Amino acid sequence: MIEVKNIIKTFDGVPALQDISAVFETGKVNMIIGQSGSGKTVLMKCIIGLHQIDSGCIEYDGRNLPKMKPQEILMLRREVGMLFQGAALFDSMTVLENVMYPLEMFAHESKEEIRERAYFCLRRVNLEERSYDLYPSEISGGMQKRVGIARAIALRPKYLFCDEPNSGLDPLTSMIIDDLIYEITHEFNITTIINSHDMNSVMEIGEKIIYIEKGVKAWEGTKDEIFDAENESFNNFVFASKLFKQLKMLKQNPY
Amino acid sequence: MNLFQETGKYFLLMKRVFVQPDRSKMFFRQFPKELDKLGLQSLPIVLIISVFIGAIMTIQTKLNTENPLLPTYSTGLVTRDTLLLEFSSTIMCLILAGKVGSNIASEIGTMRITEQIDALEIMGVNSANYLILPKIVAFVVMMPFLVIFSMAVGLIGGYLVGVFSDVITVADYLLGIQYAFNPFYVFYAMVKSLVFAFIISSVSSYYGYYAYGGALEVGKASTNAVVNSSILILFFNLLITNVMLG
Repeated sequence: MIEVKNIIKTFDGVPALQDISAVFETGKVNMIIGQSGSGKTVLMKCIIGLHQIDSGCIEYDGRNLPKMKPQEILMLRREVGMLFQGAALFDSMTVLENVMYPLEMFAHESKEEIRERAYFCLRRVNLEERSYDLYPSEISGGMQKRVGIARAIALRPKYLFCDEPNSGLDPLTSMIIDDLIYEITHEFNITTIINSHDMNSVMEIGEKIIYIEKGVKAWEGTKDEIFDAENESFNNFVFASKLFKQLKMLKQNPY
Repeated sequence: MNLFQETGKYFLLMKRVFVQPDRSKMFFRQFPKELDKLGLQSLPIVLIISVFIGAIMTIQTKLNTENPLLPTYSTGLVTRDTLLLEFSSTIMCLILAGKVGSNIASEIGTMRITEQIDALEIMGVNSANYLILPKIVAFVVMMPFLVIFSMAVGLIGGYLVGVFSDVITVADYLLGIQYAFNPFYVFYAMVKSLVFAFIISSVSSYYGYYAYGGALEVGKASTNAVVNSSILILFFNLLITNVMLG
């Protein structure tokens, strides 16, 4: 479980996050949603420790990140997997080498065991063996995301972060990636945090949703509570899509 | 950002670079790749430039020293000393600052803007150490060889002038390049090459590592790397020359 309490973050005096508190539960897909520029990426980067917060507390199962020593942060990061928006695969390595990389760096296993684990992760994300020796530039965006997920879970992380996992993907591939993240979260009991503005993903896999607006947590709930939300800004965000408007109407007048 | 902040940031980065690698085997896997990329792949340009400059220097020196009072071997001597003292150790390094410096800055800069460096950091890898240390060590190791190679090929360029033209005789040229040879000049050139190799690789890595934004910024980082490496090379050239030869 990751708990953030009263996080404040400013950039050159300009507030980016204002007094945000939230709990991200273990074994669930937690989603941070909001418009572009609302502060959701800043929040995620603060939680991971890529940005230092001005005040507040970020607890990974009781361990307070801002108070940790550099060595402790390094150890914590080995429990974290992350899928980046652009997958962030290493260009100079093949698909297999990308997945083997964190294992070679940190796993105290034999070369054979490392290879086996990498194969397991790649198979788990449904990548065919013929693509293992290809370079990232030689595979599609959807495949890159899958390799990114395989690399993120290689070290058996306790926490998985996904930054806009569906950006740049077609609807079908988006759904496959969403399902994969959902399955992996439940299969390995991971605390997953997804940063997204895709309402389809939210309705598909979101189990806990936090809506950020102008650096403030404006709404929090589950996907079942979305249609009953009374926050105007949140409703504007969700029902910007005609599909969701119709869904709401259907829910209100089923017959 | 002012000069003091930039300098401080550079030294803080170097502090992160010069630590024990997380996994030595990963360092030794990267090291030969960098030797090849930064060193061996620079050989052709060093070869081409040195042979032509050696030849041109011989012709120009001969034309400017056509004085019966000057000994006939003076052309070879001047060519040799110019190559040893300045061309191969400094001008060649300035040229390599362009080739290698832009290569390093753009490679690391691209990794930065495509979040590959963030990915390393998230994994708990010291990205500065993993990415930059093999480059600096490899280039510092390779540079003296490149400089020696440049000296040798430059001298061969002058020799070819003697063989294929009547500007200078081969005998005069060979006598000149052997006359009053001071081995300290080679040592001086080696010292400069090591310092310049460190400057090129570390300054370029610094600009690449702190690149942000998009492709345009990577281009800017690459340009800044080359310009600032070149300025530092000229400054340290003056400093080292003053200390060692002054």
